[in-house]
Amino acid sequence: MAARGETSSAGGNDAAQDPFPSAQKMSKRPKSKQLGFQFTQQELPACKPILTPGWVITAFILVGVVFIPIGLASLLASKRVVEIVDRYDEDCIPQSFKNKTLSYIQDDKTNKTCTRSLVVPKQMKSPIYVYYQLSNFYQNHRRYVKSRSDEQLRSKDGERKTNTCEPEAFAGDKGPIVPCGLIAWSLFNDTYKFSVNDTVLDVNKNNIAWDSDRKHKFGSDVYPKNFQSGGLIGGATLDSSIPLSEQEDLIVWMRTAALPTFRKLYGKIEVDLEVNKTITVTIQNNYNTYDFGGKKHLVLSTASWIGGKNDFLGVAYLAVGGICLFLAIAFILVYVLVPRPLGDPSYLSWNRNPAGR
Amino acid sequence: MSAGRPLLIPSPRTTPTTPQTPSIPTFADLPKPSSGDSKPVSTMESNITSDNPSGIEFHHNSSSRRSISSHQSKTSSTNSVKEGISADSGSKRTRQGSHGADSEFMSMSQREINEEDARLVYINDPDRTNEKYEFTGNSIRTAKYSIITFLPRNLFEQFHRVAYIYFLVIAILNQLPQLAVFGRGASIMPLAFVLLVTAIKDAYEDWRRHRADRIENNRLASIFVNGQFQQKKWKDIRVGEIIKIRANDTLPCDMVLLSTSDPTGVAYVQTINLDGESNLKTRYAKQETLSKVPEKEKISGLIKCEKPNRNIYGFQANMEFEGKRLSLGPSNIILRGCELKNTAWALGVVVYAGRETKAMLNNAGAPSKRSSLETRMNLEIIVLSLFLIALCTVVSILAGVWLKRHKDELNIIPFYLKKDYTDVPPDGPEDYNYYGWGMEIFLTFLMAVIVFQIMIPISLYISMELVRVGQSYFMIRDKNMYDETTNARFQCRALNINEDLGQIKYVFSDKTGTLTENKMEFQCASIWGVDYSGGEANSHIDVVGNPVELDGKTLRPKMAVKVHPKLLQLTKGGKDSPEGKHVHDFFLALASCNTLVPFFVDTSDPVVKLIDYQGESPDEQALAYAAAAYGFTLIERTSGHIVIDIQGERQRFNVLGLHEFDSDRKRMSVILGFPDKTVKVFVKGADTTMFSVIDRSLEKNVIHATEQHLHAYSCLGLRTLVVAMRELSSSEFEQWHRAFEAASAALMGRAASLRKVASNVENHLCVLGASAIEDKLQQGVPEAIESLRTAAIKVWVLTGDKQETAISIGYSSKLLTSNMTQIVINSNSKQSCKKSLEDGILMSTKLTTQSSFMNNTGGNSVAAVTSLALIIDGTSLVYVLDSELEEQLFKLASKCSVVLCCRVAPLQKAGIVALVKKRTSDLTLAIGDGANDVSMIQMADVGVGITGQEGRQAVMASDFAMGQFSFLVPLLLVHGHWNYQRMAYMILYNFYRNAVFVFVLFWYVLFTCFTLTTAVTEWSSMLYSIIYTSFPTIVVGILDKDLSRRTLLKFPQLYGAGQRQESYSTKLFWLTMMDTIWQSVAIFWIPLFAYRRTTIDISSLGDLWTIAAVVVVNLHLAMDVIRWTWVTHAAIWGSIIATCICVIIIDALPFLFGYWAIFHIGKTAAFWLCLLIIVVAALIPRFVAKVIYQYYSPCDIQIARAAEKYGNFRERELEIEMNPITEPQRR
Repeated sequence: MAARGETSSAGGNDAAQDPFPSAQKMSKRPKSKQLGFQFTQQELPACKPILTPGWVITAFILVGVVFIPIGLASLLASKRVVEIVDRYDEDCIPQSFKNKTLSYIQDDKTNKTCTRSLVVPKQMKSPIYVYYQLSNFYQNHRRYVKSRSDEQLRSKDGERKTNTCEPEAFAGDKGPIVPCGLIAWSLFNDTYKFSVNDTVLDVNKNNIAWDSDRKHKFGSDVYPKNFQSGGLIGGATLDSSIPLSEQEDLIVWMRTAALPTFRKLYGKIEVDLEVNKTITVTIQNNYNTYDFGGKKHLVLSTASWIGGKNDFLGVAYLAVGGICLFLAIAFILVYVLVPRPLGDPSYLSWNRNPAGR
Repeated sequence: MSAGRPLLIPSPRTTPTTPQTPSIPTFADLPKPSSGDSKPVSTMESNITSDNPSGIEFHHNSSSRRSISSHQSKTSSTNSVKEGISADSGSKRTRQGSHGADSEFMSMSQREINEEDARLVYINDPDRTNEKYEFTGNSIRTAKYSIITFLPRNLFEQFHRVAYIYFLVIAILNQLPQLAVFGRGASIMPLAFVLLVTAIKDAYEDWRRHRADRIENNRLASIFVNGQFQQKKWKDIRVGEIIKIRANDTLPCDMVLLSTSDPTGVAYVQTINLDGESNLKTRYAKQETLSKVPEKEKISGLIKCEKPNRNIYGFQANMEFEGKRLSLGPSNIILRGCELKNTAWALGVVVYAGRETKAMLNNAGAPSKRSSLETRMNLEIIVLSLFLIALCTVVSILAGVWLKRHKDELNIIPFYLKKDYTDVPPDGPEDYNYYGWGMEIFLTFLMAVIVFQIMIPISLYISMELVRVGQSYFMIRDKNMYDETTNARFQCRALNINEDLGQIKYVFSDKTGTLTENKMEFQCASIWGVDYSGGEANSHIDVVGNPVELDGKTLRPKMAVKVHPKLLQLTKGGKDSPEGKHVHDFFLALASCNTLVPFFVDTSDPVVKLIDYQGESPDEQALAYAAAAYGFTLIERTSGHIVIDIQGERQRFNVLGLHEFDSDRKRMSVILGFPDKTVKVFVKGADTTMFSVIDRSLEKNVIHATEQHLHAYSCLGLRTLVVAMRELSSSEFEQWHRAFEAASAALMGRAASLRKVASNVENHLCVLGASAIEDKLQQGVPEAIESLRTAAIKVWVLTGDKQETAISIGYSSKLLTSNMTQIVINSNSKQSCKKSLEDGILMSTKLTTQSSFMNNTGGNSVAAVTSLALIIDGTSLVYVLDSELEEQLFKLASKCSVVLCCRVAPLQKAGIVALVKKRTSDLTLAIGDGANDVSMIQMADVGVGITGQEGRQAVMASDFAMGQFSFLVPLLLVHGHWNYQRMAYMILYNFYRNAVFVFVLFWYVLFTCFTLTTAVTEWSSMLYSIIYTSFPTIVVGILDKDLSRRTLLKFPQLYGAGQRQESYSTKLFWLTMMDTIWQSVAIFWIPLFAYRRTTIDISSLGDLWTIAAVVVVNLHLAMDVIRWTWVTHAAIWGSIIATCICVIIIDALPFLFGYWAIFHIGKTAAFWLCLLIIVVAALIPRFVAKVIYQYYSPCDIQIARAAEKYGNFRERELEIEMNPITEPQRR
């Protein structure tokens, strides 16, 4: 791809080729400053790639050859992931409350306990991640996203910096709410207990949040205060004796999700689950998604290098790779069937049709 | 037809005068201004009254005859008053006074200077001078700003741009709490950045001006203080001080001459810095002040002069000196910037200093024009605004619908919580931050505007400016546009229209000085009906002229002239034979009838000096050198006499009178007193006016023969002058002399009176012969014209020359070729004009149908094209322009490949340009070198000035200035092509790159309840068009070259890409927008699907989108880059790396929302896989389209590029010779 023609004339042997030796003299720069001269004359050595059939076909084949294996590998990885998804928001409403879900969920006295049975379809290797999945919950709503105070979360000194937290900033005269804001206020509060054959499956809720968040974003000297004390309870309450940096559910929740359907890590089950085992889940169905039609799912999933179960990337890679290979073949056919020399001056418009213009 | 700026034409030529009785009394007793000889004053006093009535009559004539410039004369009378009052408001008024030769009127109409308007300068008493009047000091300031005024003034100037106001409004909107989409700092940043960059650029330029000012202000001059001359800094010079200038010094201010080293009080100045004329001009000190020496006696006096104005050819003042009142005129003042030459010293009194000097007042800024590309671009900007409004409307409507549907739930939806429950007042919870449904929609709309603001690319404006600066730099530095002979670089005076150079369709060119060198060479002569030319062409020899002995030194003329041997013999033979006598008279006329001043230039040989004739007209110089070659050497000229060395014998002639050349008479005359007391008048001038004053009854056959020879000469493309003479009887002489004295002493309308006197004596002449001068074509002109024509540029030549001369120059410059059909329009009435136009159109249609018929029958198509040439003269144009015939002329002219207009007046030139400009959208370029081209240069879309022999007025009015006509080829075909391609691509790319980002933001808004949350951090969205993506486009805009210079010059047809607007069209815009939408879809939706139902958080996904968008956008650019130099590599890859660094920094700040997100997502394989597939998927359609397009219907540029790369051109190089135009002039 070396630049021919022009570059060579601009390069070394200009004394012989340069038709303007006198002009060179006038240029203030002596020959040692070749670079400056080339620059001002816009003759810097350059590579001038051109879309030749060879390059085009090679590029397409290359993309195809790279993409298809990647696609296969990620598809395979996605297929290996075992995932159990169970929607429980509707089923966990007792029959008698079917038509008045709101009063059921808002009433403190109703029994919210709900038991679900899940069958393991394939063997699940530990760690098995337990997620809750909410749908139609706009954690990215502008009002919601902004309603937090990072300064307050980070250190005790920022406790009163709640001006961004409205309408959940102050609990009347009792002072600022810690953690303030809509996000914290609406903390998810369903709980899950797992057992297999009456053996309780431990759910490890440590290290479910980002290390960076725990260490730097949520202060170890900040304790919940006046939380959920207002006229409307939004979600979970927090143990006011535990600093925010250890309230991992809160930390996870406050990493607001990008999309209205999202999962949040609830915990990890660190034992393998055998195929066809039945897991009994006892759910405390506290969280109110009924007023805006949000769905709640419980998800158990293993993980692979590609993440969770998602065929999209694999399929996309296969598709793009396939298209590229197809294009490569198409172009090969075109070049073989209708060849045309590159850069033949006789194709120039005025050579083809001199009387045209 | 209005000239944008005044034409600075020397006053005697355009003197709009008003018929007004001259106010003689105050000046009647003064000696006349010492421009003529020093004859006693007494004669004039008696004659002045008798002569004036006729003078007035003449005024009427002249003003009616000058109907073409009636606009100027009308406005001038009103302007002159304004001029005086507003004159000192500095640089601003340079534009205001742009209606004509306003101040000239003031200076010429010699009225008593109004006491209020006058400035009083007490000579040698600066304290008293400055006590009452606040005259400016001599320190100058070309700089615009000071440290204090920089910020407000620069900001004010920058906000003249509408786009900036738009962004300011958006930034202000964002400060409202309800609308605060971005943090306050972030939202102001883009605007602040753009303002800052421009401010830095302005500050740098201003700093350079400051520096230049400082150097200028601190130069030293010799000032008379406290009885002696002291060195003083220029800035400390005050009005009223006496200043001494030595030879080769530059004048620090405008001063009235008091005395010079020359006993007659003459000083020679070079005005090259002022008007670019390199010849020496003479300035005179008043007789009365001549002998005064300030050291010995105290000089005092009072100068009353007009207010500062910018007319460099006019000055009106009077001086009270030792009880006398002396009148001062333009010949008594030397202006700042001039250089004193050939005069040991000159003494003067400062009258204007600093910014009130005429030179500073004439410092007009570069004209500002707008490129057609930018005008077209505005259309697309409007489309983009509509896009923006559409997006915002969609978002706000959807938001409204969503709010309506969830109206009942809003109060308790956890992510909305309309009511504030924390502190419930008795009457129930209140709404928090909710303004009602309609208002919410409206606010959403405004917020959407803020979020999507970069749909209108703010950075495009700054990028375009930077790119133009870069392009200008390269044009200026191009060695192929450097003129060695005049040491002149290419100049970019307008910064806004670089890309217009790539789309020119019409070139209007001046002839003299533009196509030709304006270096005249005497070729041949016809004397007394005998033609001394041709036939013996080979026997012509170069003769340097007879060496003349003077004071023991040998003088020889500087220029060699080809001489005719037979003629040489005749001159040597003396004047005894009748032939010899006529030859003698003829050459005497050539040597004497001029205004040249001989100067002696030292050579390496101490005893040899060269005679250098300094004068305003190159024709005169050529004739004088010719006369010298034949032994008639002019060796001395003073105001009273000339000394001519005739064949070694020195003869002294008294110059009794001189009627200078003017464009109405088109001739000049000199009245010589011979040693034998006879008086003869010698006249030389253009044939048209000369034959009307020649006595036709005398020597009919000589006149006839001369006419024939004249015709033959002009057919050869030579410039001809007719020379005639007459002996004056003593009574005739007396009569003339009285009239002349009276006229030259007239205080009002002197020029007109002189003209009348001249026409009285210039009659009944006896023809001596005619001279023929060759105006040589500039180097490379024929090749340049051929290249331009191959590039489908129509070349029109507009010249003041005769039709025959014009046609012959047309042939020699390859403008006309033998296979062209010429249509000549040469009519004297409107009717005949109409008829010839109709005939022409008929003929052209016939020819075109013929040729197309021949094409269809498949004949040899190359020969079938018959091109047409239209030749039209100025008289016909008078009938055509500004009438309904204009349309027909245009119709005809557009069919012709060559148009040649001869005998056209300056304003007609502009009229012709306007004719084309009005009727097509094609871009026009006018090129010229003289003051007569100014109107045309200003009228055309692009004006190019040639820095030539005729002064700097054309350059001052032009957008680009260069040394030679042939530089037009590299300017248009190479730089114009590149500039257009680069700029067009850059504009499209900028639209695309911002729209991609906006669409990515828009798609996300659809997933956030239409509430305009951005996943991309606010800092990234602000930096996107500043740091992330702007640098590569600027670099590519400056450096990328689609084709090499060599190819572009070899195939001028490639220029057609710009003419056809191939690189920027509505179609391309929409294709780009479709591509934009696809790319934004790929960037947005691939991660969306990949991260569906996962724990992905806003910041991580936002980072992915940011990086993906930046990489795609930069790779998109990389795909289109044609020449990869290391700068390009650095810019593109550097941008991507800079983006990553920025994203990392933003995510490493713990107080920001997305803390550490990039590190988390960067650890996952899915992130990298997403990135890879986004890039490939986004770019595939464009890539495929590009490949298919290049393969199936490659444009000329692509074919040429491939050919260039694979050397297909090289094989043919033997057949097609390298275009010699590229070679600079070499001698």
